[in-house]
Amino acid sequence: MGNGPDIHELQTIEHDVIVIGAGGAGLRAAIECSRQGLNTGLVCKSLLGKAHTVMAEGGMAAAMGNVDSRDGWKIHFRDTMRGGKFLNNWRMAELHAKEAPDRVRELEEWGAVFDRTKDGLISQRNFGGHRYPRLAHVGDRTGLELIRSLQDYGVHSGIHVHMECTALDLMKDGDRVCGALAYWRDTGRFVLFRAKAVILATGGIGKAWRITSNSWEYTGDGLAMAYLAGAELLDLEFTQFHPTGMVWPPSVRGTLVTEGVRGDGGILLNSEHKRFMFNYISPRFAPETAASEEEANRWLAGDKSARRPPELLTRDEVARAINAEVKAGRGSEHGGVYLDIASRLPAEVIKKKLPSMYHQFKELAEVDITRQPMEVGPTLHYHMGGILVDAESQMTTVPGLFAAGECGAGLHGANRLGGNSLSDLLVFGRRAGIGAAEYIRSLTVSPQVNAEQVQAGIRRATDILNRDSGTNPFVIQDQLQDMMGKNVGIIRTKSELETALGELEKFKAEAARVKAHATSQYNAGWHTALDLRNLLIASEAVAKAALTREESRGAHTREDFPGERDEWLKYNVIIRRGRDGEMVVEKRERKPGPAPLVEIANSKIEDLESGKVGADYK
Amino acid sequence: MAERTFRIWRGNKDGGEFVEYKIDVGPGWVVLDCIHRIQMQHATDLACRWNCKAGKCGSCSMEINGKPRLGCMTRMNSLPDGPITIQPLKTFPLVKDLVTDVKWNYEQNKRIPPFKPKARNADGTHRMMQEDVDRVQEFRKCIECFLCQDVCHVLRDHKAHDQFVGPRFMIRLASLEMHPLDTEDRVEKMRKEFGTGWCNITRCCTEVCPEHIGITDNGIIPMKERVVDRYFDPIAWFLGKVFGKK
Repeated sequence: MGNGPDIHELQTIEHDVIVIGAGGAGLRAAIECSRQGLNTGLVCKSLLGKAHTVMAEGGMAAAMGNVDSRDGWKIHFRDTMRGGKFLNNWRMAELHAKEAPDRVRELEEWGAVFDRTKDGLISQRNFGGHRYPRLAHVGDRTGLELIRSLQDYGVHSGIHVHMECTALDLMKDGDRVCGALAYWRDTGRFVLFRAKAVILATGGIGKAWRITSNSWEYTGDGLAMAYLAGAELLDLEFTQFHPTGMVWPPSVRGTLVTEGVRGDGGILLNSEHKRFMFNYISPRFAPETAASEEEANRWLAGDKSARRPPELLTRDEVARAINAEVKAGRGSEHGGVYLDIASRLPAEVIKKKLPSMYHQFKELAEVDITRQPMEVGPTLHYHMGGILVDAESQMTTVPGLFAAGECGAGLHGANRLGGNSLSDLLVFGRRAGIGAAEYIRSLTVSPQVNAEQVQAGIRRATDILNRDSGTNPFVIQDQLQDMMGKNVGIIRTKSELETALGELEKFKAEAARVKAHATSQYNAGWHTALDLRNLLIASEAVAKAALTREESRGAHTREDFPGERDEWLKYNVIIRRGRDGEMVVEKRERKPGPAPLVEIANSKIEDLESGKVGADYK
Repeated sequence: MAERTFRIWRGNKDGGEFVEYKIDVGPGWVVLDCIHRIQMQHATDLACRWNCKAGKCGSCSMEINGKPRLGCMTRMNSLPDGPITIQPLKTFPLVKDLVTDVKWNYEQNKRIPPFKPKARNADGTHRMMQEDVDRVQEFRKCIECFLCQDVCHVLRDHKAHDQFVGPRFMIRLASLEMHPLDTEDRVEKMRKEFGTGWCNITRCCTEVCPEHIGITDNGIIPMKERVVDRYFDPIAWFLGKVFGKK
C-alpha cells in the first residue's frame, strides 16, 4: 500500500452502471439502464428532484403538430441546424427531431400533465427559432414537470439513488472507465463506486461567470472529470448567453426570464420605447421574419400568411442585439432593455400563462409584470460545447464512459434553440442508457479499480482541509467569475482571451493553495474548493477554444473576426489532455453531412413543405 | 448597504448554539444572499442547502424568525428591524447548521402506488380537457420544499411520522387520484397506511406553501371525503373532524 488511506476500509458500492447527475438526462438514462436489466446507481450532487432541470421554463420541443399540423421532424431538424449555424452534428440533430415526440408521449404515459389544446391534446407554444408552435409545456414550469415525472417514475423502477453525493474523479482500468470516487455531503466521508460503465449527466459550467442563470452545482464536473480521464471535448467556445435574464436588483442579476414571454407576444423595447429588434434581422432569417410591427401582430393573432416577430429570432441574435442597444446608450435604467408583456396581454392571461414569471418579479424585484415592463439583459445560460460523444450511443472517446444532456455536445452546434434542451435530455439520456447496456454486454472481463488512483483522489480532497493556511475558496470563485465575465463574455477579442488565459494561470496557482476550515461534514467551503478544479479546467478550455475559432458564429462572437467564415464551418475545435498534462487544442476537420440531410437543412422552407425537397428521405 | 445582525443556529446532532454574525446588506437582497455573504466572510463551513435561488427548486427551506420559509424568496426589506433568527427545519433530524435530514420524505413518496394510465385512444393520443387537469396541475406545482411537512402538527408536535405521510404526500396522492388518466385505486391505503384521518385541518400547511397550493381545501379534504365515502362512518368522522384524531 502506498502512502494514503487504505482503500479496503473505504465504503464501496458496486453497480453495473452509475449515472452521475440527476437532472433530466441523468434520470432518463438511469431509467433506461434499469429497463435494460442493469443494476443502476444514480449519483446526485443535491437532493433528488432539485437539479437544474427544474429551472427550465418554456417547454420541450417536439414536432408533434398538435397546434399546427404543418410541423414535422424535417422542419424541426432544419430549424435546429439553422439555429446552430450548421455546426451541429448532423446525425444527432436528425435523431433528436425524429425521436422527441415519442419522448414527450412517454413522459405523459409516466404521469406528466402538459397544458392542453382545445381538443384535449398536448398543447404546444411558439419559441425562438422554431417555425411552428412546437414546445410541449406546463405554463412556465415545464422543467419541474419533467423532472418530477421522471423522479416519480424512476423511484419505482429499481434505481438506487445516492443523494447529496458528489463525484470527484473517474476511475480507470487501462483505457476503460471502471467507476468513480465520490463523497457524501452529510458526513464528508468518501465512497468508491465500482461500475462497468459510467454515464455523465452533470450539466454545464455556468458558475464560471458572475451573471448566470445557473445554480451552484454547475461547475463543469463532468466536463473536467472526462477531460482528466482522457476524453475529447468538442466546440467549447459556444457558451449561450440567454437574452433575457433579470438585471435588477443586483442579487438576482442573471436569473432566467423565460423566452415564453416573447413566445406569448412579449416585445423588447429600448429606452426610447422603440421596438428595436426590427433593426437586427440578419439576412439568413429575413425571408421568414416579419418586416413590420403590423405583420408581427398579425402573426401573433394567428394569421398563417404572416411571418414571425423578430423577438423570436434565435437566442444568439437577440442577445447580441440587446448588448448593442445597451452599448449604444439606449439601455434601461439598470443596464438592460425592457421586455413588455403588460401592454400585450390582459393581466389574467399573463398570470395564467406565465405564473412563475409573475411570482418571480413580484417577489424578487417588486415589479408587477401585468402592469410594468421587465428589465432584462443577457445571462450565461447554457453550454453547447461539451464532451465529444458518438451520435448513436453517446459514448465518449473513453471506452465505458458516456455523456448525455448539457455536458455532452454535438446536437446544438453553435447555438441552441430554446426548448431543444429538454427534448435533448430525454432523447439522448435514453440513448446513453441503451449505449451503456450494449457496451456492458460486449465486455468479456470486468474492469478493476486501481488503489493508487483512489488514494490520489482522496489525498487531493483532504489536503484542502489539512493544510495549515491558504486562500478562501469563495474569494477565488468570486474573482474567477468577474474575470470570465470581463474577458470571456458575449463579445470576445484575442487580447481579452489572452488576458483570460494569463489570469487563469494565477487562479490555478491560487487554487492549489486553497484552504477549507473545520471538518469535512457538510462544509460549504470545502465543496466550493473541490469544485474549483473543475471550474478552472472548464474556464481554460472555453478560453482556449474561443481563441482558436477566428470567426463569429452563433453564440461565439469575435469582435476581431466578425461574421461567419465558410472556411471555419469545416472545423470543430477539439480539446484534450496531452501526455504531459498540458491542454491540447486541435482544429479538426468535420465529416460532411449526408447529402439528403444537407439538402433539407439548406432548402427553402416552401420547397421542404411542398415536398420538392426531402420527400423521399424517411 | 446597511448592517444587519443574524443569529444562526450552528451545530449538529451532538449539540449547538446560536451564533451572531453582522454583515452589510445590499439593495434587493434576500435571506439566502445574506447567508452566502456570511459564508464568504465569516463562516466558510456554514451548511445550508440551496440550488436555483429563484423559488423553483425548494432546497433552501429554513425557519426565519420562527416561520418556515424559503431563504431565496424572503426579501430582507420584508423583515422587521432587529436581529434575524435563522434555524433549521424542526420536524426533521439535524445534519448540520441549517441542513436537516429529509430522506423520510423520499421514503414516503416511494410507498405511494405509482401512476397507472389507461390505454391510449385508437389514434395513439390521450385526450384530456384543460379544465379537467387544472386541479392536478395545481398540485404538481409543488417544489418539494417540505415546509408543509415542517409545519404540520402531526409531524412536528406528535412526531407521528410512522402514521401520516404529511401534507406534501397528501397532495401527491390527490394529484394521482384526480388525474384523468389514472386507473389505480389508493383509497384503502390512504385510510390504512397513509393516515388521512390524522389531519385535523388547521391549514398551517396551506399558509406556508410558497407555491400557494390549496393543500388543505383542494387536496386533503377531498381525499378525506373519498375515504369517508367508502368507509362511511358519520359519527367517528364528525368527532375526528371537530376534535382531531388523538
